[in-house]
Amino acid sequence: MFNVVMQLSLLFISLSMLGLIYRLIKGPSVPDRVVALDAIGINLVAIIAIVSIILRTSAFLEVILLIGILAFIGTVAFSKYLEKGVIIESDRDL
Amino acid sequence: MKTNDIILQTVTKITVFVIILFSIHLFFAGHYYPGGGFVGGLMTSGAIVLLLLAFDMKTVANVLPIDYKHLIGLGLLFAVGTGLGGLLFDVPFLTHAFTSVNLPLLGETSLHTAVLFDTGVFLVVIGVTMTIIQTIGEDE
Repeated sequence: MFNVVMQLSLLFISLSMLGLIYRLIKGPSVPDRVVALDAIGINLVAIIAIVSIILRTSAFLEVILLIGILAFIGTVAFSKYLEKGVIIESDRDL
Repeated sequence: MKTNDIILQTVTKITVFVIILFSIHLFFAGHYYPGGGFVGGLMTSGAIVLLLLAFDMKTVANVLPIDYKHLIGLGLLFAVGTGLGGLLFDVPFLTHAFTSVNLPLLGETSLHTAVLFDTGVFLVVIGVTMTIIQTIGEDE
């Protein structure tokens, strides 16, 4: 019973990732694609959590925090590039 | 038009400490759990990259006055030094040893020379990543 629930939630998260991949490919503007990539990262976190429940291990819990941090840094870098055209400025006060 | 980044800068000031704590945890947990010098170093340089994104290169260089190229040399010195330390005790190169020490605050602690080797990996990974990112990020 428990395993069936876990596999069902895996299935539904994969379906929502399919929708996000559609937005990633089709999305008319670049910010659409950036938001889709960010949400795919968060869905990946959910998938890793459920897989680690199914495998009955706590070895993947670091990966969850890691993907959260990396998705945040990546999204910040993308949005800064879209807004300013540079990712790392040399001097902000110029 | 000058943009105002106060939300990003405030979030960064809090998040950077969480990321650095996580990287230190990854580094020291490497012997018994997933983690180690490589991932810890990458996460630390991720924290510095987040600082670079929220502020600018000059501010970060003022806060962290480190020449990252020197960090590479220091890390390699740590790794080679740990290897050569074994030669002093008439054992082959890179032989490691461990002992249990009763530290004043931490109690019974197992200290292993592999941590020193891992420190070398940690410093080299930070040095290489930050050197690459700073060299590419420079304007001219």
